[in-house]
Amino acid sequence: MMENYSFRFSKSSKNLNSVLLIIPMVLLFIGVYGGFMQTLFRAGIIQSDPFVGGDYYKGLTFHGVLNAIVFTTFFAVALGNALIPYSLKKHLNSKIAWTSGILMLVGSVLAAIVILIGEATVLYTFYPPLKAHPLFYIGLTLLVVGSWVASYNWVPMYLEWRKENKGEKTPLAVVGMFTTFIIWFIASLAVAVEILFMLLPWSLGLVDEINVMLARTLFWFFGHPLVYFWLLPAYVMYYSFMPKIAGGKLYSDMAGRLVFMMFILFSIPVGTHHQYMDPAIGSQWKLLHGIFTFAVALPSLITAFTLAASLEHAGRKRGGKGLFGWMWKLPYFDKEKWFFPYLILGLIIFIFGGIGGIINASYQMNTVIHNTAWVPGHFHLTVAGPVLLAFLGGSLYLIGQFMNKGIKFKGWAMISPYVYTIGLFIMSYGLKIGGLKGMPRRTNTGASYANPDSILYQPDWIFYIDLSVIGGSIMFVGIIMYLVSFFGTVFAKSESSEEGALVTFPISEPLHDEPSTWLRNFKPFIIIAIILIVLSYAPVIYDVIQNTYGGSLPYSPNSPVPLR
Amino acid sequence: MDKSEKLALTLSGMLLVIFFGAIMYASVAQNIEVPTCITDMEPFATDTLFQTGPDTYELQMVSRMWAFQPSTVRLPVGSTVDLYVTSQDIIHGFKIDRKNVNLMAIPGAINYMRVTFNEPGEYLYACHEFCGAAHHTMAGRFIIEEGIDEPEVEGDAL
Ligand code: HEM
Ligand SMILES: [Cu+2]
Ligand SMILES: [Cu+2]
Repeated sequence: MMENYSFRFSKSSKNLNSVLLIIPMVLLFIGVYGGFMQTLFRAGIIQSDPFVGGDYYKGLTFHGVLNAIVFTTFFAVALGNALIPYSLKKHLNSKIAWTSGILMLVGSVLAAIVILIGEATVLYTFYPPLKAHPLFYIGLTLLVVGSWVASYNWVPMYLEWRKENKGEKTPLAVVGMFTTFIIWFIASLAVAVEILFMLLPWSLGLVDEINVMLARTLFWFFGHPLVYFWLLPAYVMYYSFMPKIAGGKLYSDMAGRLVFMMFILFSIPVGTHHQYMDPAIGSQWKLLHGIFTFAVALPSLITAFTLAASLEHAGRKRGGKGLFGWMWKLPYFDKEKWFFPYLILGLIIFIFGGIGGIINASYQMNTVIHNTAWVPGHFHLTVAGPVLLAFLGGSLYLIGQFMNKGIKFKGWAMISPYVYTIGLFIMSYGLKIGGLKGMPRRTNTGASYANPDSILYQPDWIFYIDLSVIGGSIMFVGIIMYLVSFFGTVFAKSESSEEGALVTFPISEPLHDEPSTWLRNFKPFIIIAIILIVLSYAPVIYDVIQNTYGGSLPYSPNSPVPLR
Repeated sequence: MDKSEKLALTLSGMLLVIFFGAIMYASVAQNIEVPTCITDMEPFATDTLFQTGPDTYELQMVSRMWAFQPSTVRLPVGSTVDLYVTSQDIIHGFKIDRKNVNLMAIPGAINYMRVTFNEPGEYLYACHEFCGAAHHTMAGRFIIEEGIDEPEVEGDAL
């Protein structure tokens, strides 16, 4: 019944969605370029950026901000702007949608400019008392507020749909998108408080001092759910697109709904697991956040089962026999199904990303890896793996649909994720093992630890630093191959001359479809989530306020003397 | 939910419970802990090292852009150190190579961990949080040797 259903987007929303895909793709390219340069810096091959200028840490700042904050936020909004109207058969209010898009664009461009001119070398976590230019904080605020506006736009559409379709289950993709933005909204309230009431007035000089631990704790209230904001749009595509593209059905609709609701419950009261090694927070509260972190691993384990079962179903329908025979029947190298590798490779990478995540979350075990190169090794296997690949595949699919264009260079598009994945495994292996040998993260090793002339020279680390150069170069090539296909498609001749865009998504049908009435309403889950947040964060904030003294003046990264 | 799904869910839950049990075991039975609140310590702005018992020392470590003070600590084999770490300016990170000590050095707060050195050798501590332009040069080392009578430090505030 869902078979090949299409929905016509208005000209205005079609243009907006195209802009929301193309601009961040340019910013992603700058960010990924920065990543590639970092690998060269770390090995001592370059000492300053040959094109953009500036040192390692400026590059690291735009790499983190553009890739992990800007690109991801834009894609999540574009996916919602596409899937929600499509699944609910309702039109976007394009005035509100454009307002949101413009806020996000202005904010991102502002932040990018101050970073690139070297006025905001504070990395994507912007911990005080390092101070950035006020426009950096303002830019990030506009980006976040813009994304809020986008999601408010979907609420009336959803409420209206529910009124008209009493007793029907909300389409799973819509549940997933709302879950994403409910988590995002609650989480970003904390960073909004941090920016608007602490960082911005302090960076403008209206207040002198800042409580560093408090700012840091508010950041991580936001920082962990941020990773689910990245991950969940990928989950939406795994659940709703992948089984259909593979030629099968979603094994269980209820599993999908349960997973999303569990994310609402447990995504937020876990942020202190990033602060296991911090002072001024009682270890019992750290342990509590650790327990909730294990709870939030459960929906990902359920997802692993459900998606594997869906793929098995597809493989068997395609003639796969035996216990594992179905695995070889999936469309890994089918140019017409170029989207499939983006999703399946992401899932394979996520096996390692997930294991790494559980290690990091394991309380005392965090001592071994905290802030070592292991950590970027780990999260390139999550955000720069499954999330990036799903978002790249999704961007290419959406741009083809919204611009009425056939995908160009399909072969390149199909091979690119394989190339990228090979590079990623090599780079992450280098970073992770280097980290276990003590190599710190966020560190320009090329200028000290990897330099044979330095008293700090660490010969043990060199092999792993070199691995990350090799892996990083291969990843960069993979991204270039992708961009050839993406921009080839953008600049290709349109295949139709119509005004709007007739859009189709590969939405999977469920194999097991249960009523799951108790999973139909967000409200009880949001209420329990808020209770868990209060219970887990009240003691942490109390500890931080009780056990810190003095305030901090702002510093520039270039001088040990405070700025005022 | 069908049977296989229920089984997968149960096994996943059990796996997580086992992992969690391992954490509790390490915490309660082996007493391996993460840093907690320190309430009985006056804020300090200069580094000090003093002996508190036959093989025990207290070290107050100050981190600043871009050096640890002290930057070299020489101690006899078998020393146990009560290590307090803070920052004078911005956030730094302190991890002793091959030891289970990993502490954020944060202005306005004191971090603590106890460490014992039973093997002679050099133990690097490299700053692992971005602290500005020369972050990659911020490091120090413990030198653990047989037959040291007096502990020594280098690179302190004076
Ligand atoms: C060609 C592709 C890429 C390469 C070669 C690359 C390489 C690197 C390297 C070497 C680091 C620095 C490690 C350190 O000093 O701690 C890093 C950090 C990081 N990367 Fe990537 N990366 C790539 C793509 C991505 C993508 C696509 C994303 C996100 C979607 C991403 C997100 C991050 C983040 C968030 C950091 C941490 C920044 C920080 O610690 O402040 N990277 N990357
Ligand atoms: Cu986290
Ligand atoms: Cu540092």
